[in-house]
Amino acid sequence: MKLHEYQSKFLFREYGIPIPNGRVAKTPDEARAIANELGGHVVVKAQVHVGGRGKAGGVKLARDADEAGRYAADILGMDIKGLIVQQVLVDPGADIQQEIYLAITNDRSAGSPLIMSSMEGGMDIEELNHARPDAIIRERIDPILGLNDFQTTHIASAMGMPRARWRSFGKILRGLYRCYIESDAELAEINPLVITGEGELLAVDGKVIIDDNALFRQPKLAAQRDTSGEPESERLAREAGITYIKLDGQIGCMVNGAGLAMTTMDMTKLYGDADGIGPANFLDIGGGASPEQVAAALRIILSDHKVQCVLFNIFGGITRCDEVADGILTAYNEVKPSVPMVIRLQGTNASEGNAIISQAKIPNIISADTLTQAAQLAVAAVKERA
Amino acid sequence: MSILIDRKSLVLVQGITGRQGGFHARLMMEYGTQVVGGVTPGKGGEWFEGAPVFDTMRAAVRTTNADTSLVTVPARFAPDAIMEAADAGISLIICLTEHIPVADMMKAVAFCKRRDSRLIGPNCPGVMTPGQAKVGIIPAMVAEPGNVGVVSKSGTLTYEVGFAMKNAGIGISTIVGIGGDPVIGTTFVDVLEMFENDPETEKVALLGEIGGSAEIAAADYIKNTMTKPVAAFIAGRSAPPGKRMGHAGAIVDGGEGSAEEKIRALEAAGARVANNPEEIPNLLA
Repeated sequence: MKLHEYQSKFLFREYGIPIPNGRVAKTPDEARAIANELGGHVVVKAQVHVGGRGKAGGVKLARDADEAGRYAADILGMDIKGLIVQQVLVDPGADIQQEIYLAITNDRSAGSPLIMSSMEGGMDIEELNHARPDAIIRERIDPILGLNDFQTTHIASAMGMPRARWRSFGKILRGLYRCYIESDAELAEINPLVITGEGELLAVDGKVIIDDNALFRQPKLAAQRDTSGEPESERLAREAGITYIKLDGQIGCMVNGAGLAMTTMDMTKLYGDADGIGPANFLDIGGGASPEQVAAALRIILSDHKVQCVLFNIFGGITRCDEVADGILTAYNEVKPSVPMVIRLQGTNASEGNAIISQAKIPNIISADTLTQAAQLAVAAVKERA
Repeated sequence: MSILIDRKSLVLVQGITGRQGGFHARLMMEYGTQVVGGVTPGKGGEWFEGAPVFDTMRAAVRTTNADTSLVTVPARFAPDAIMEAADAGISLIICLTEHIPVADMMKAVAFCKRRDSRLIGPNCPGVMTPGQAKVGIIPAMVAEPGNVGVVSKSGTLTYEVGFAMKNAGIGISTIVGIGGDPVIGTTFVDVLEMFENDPETEKVALLGEIGGSAEIAAADYIKNTMTKPVAAFIAGRSAPPGKRMGHAGAIVDGGEGSAEEKIRALEAAGARVANNPEEIPNLLA
């Protein structure tokens, strides 16, 4: 779960990391009032969950409160990569002498936290990594021991931090590490951490991503979720406990298991791409697949009106295909979809499951034996309706 | 021979009195696996299908001499259960549990390394050596004994490919599900190395997916060290970047971990990469 910039920085503040003294506004008037309090010279920043806000015109420097109000009016309601800006952060303008990059993330292959830092902050870390990989200092942290003081000194020294700043940098790094651990973050990033004209360190921008699997023990952070950019279907799925991701194609996919669900999407694209046909969603129905779950999932898939065909691909292992077939029929009778459904049941009790489907004699149900055949039939069904 | 488990493996099930643990312990016993006991704190002294239940892993290992453990307990308790198994001297720990926080897994993985215990998973279907033993939830019907090793990040996709191989008359030495989480105990490279050194494995099928760089490391190993042929499939070509596709680890992040990048690396390493998992048997023939 991503936190907004302002949520990330307010979280940093709880760990003793200095941040600009700004606040959030939802209207131009609020922005003007905050700017007035802050002395007029402010930066107005769109709070949306996408990168490249600055390039999209979502970050503006204002000289006085009225200008801040006008910029806020421009930015609020702006569409940045499909997301509508609903709030702006109004921060006092900082006197920036130097921009630093500092982040803690999960190193998947090493299985440990990884601190990345560079005196060349400000730009996107991927760009920096591409252009000047040696400018980034990387330090792995033993997950059992945590961050040691000698590592903090090593990082400050290796990155070329001025000695006069080591003390305050060390305090920020230790604070950020505690924040990363105690928040169950997969990323805690300050970019840039700036050195001001007075020689102070200040976290001007921040980004925190929380591990979804740890939200059960992070109620305060979980409550900060912003669902405004989430498609309606994804919200319904999340509330029903179904893993669903909306895509742009026409073939709704219902599959058991995440790897097989991705593979089923890939197959519809493999056979449909030449005709502009592809998957409408990722959906993993999980292990049990009760009739109620199948019905809920079917309703979610059909709430996307681009869907022209639903493809069921179930590989029964522990899941029994006859039970899934019952579930599909119950769901069919409840939802009464008008689009064709391609059903492929394989594995445990597949023949019993297929018998249940064929005996039901539903005109817009098409049976398939293999995944390949199922994907081809679904593509053909979409073409026929076009 | 085979890798990791065989008919001589002595297996404990952590969480054997739970619904999941009990269900799968029974199927493992039916398959011929030697399930020598189980552990559920507070239920020591009970019996499960003729196998003793213990309160702690130390007591269970002392009495049964088990060398393998299956962790089936919920995510909140699983990291502790893994470390308890490693601490009790279990050499192979297989964890099925999904949704474990990454921070907890980093500690558990580091602890297992320190105790020289091999951890498979978490969030995996387990390990099966067809005709001998299975530890986990892989259905018996998806594989016959043979000489192709299978290593995979996914559950049902593995069953799909195993089943297609079985229908084509191709048998399997061992199936290893390494799991779809970002931090796991055993990687593709670890398993490829075991298959390379296993005299009964002649070829290998590798089933990867988007996210992380484990398939790239596998490609390096295939290129530089491996002598046995490898067929591969990478799931997630049609997945959009920045979205987590069900598995916690399946996300293309900052341009890294895409299917195309992995397919290119595997092909450059000499592996035969299928467009469609049902083609894998042809690539192994």
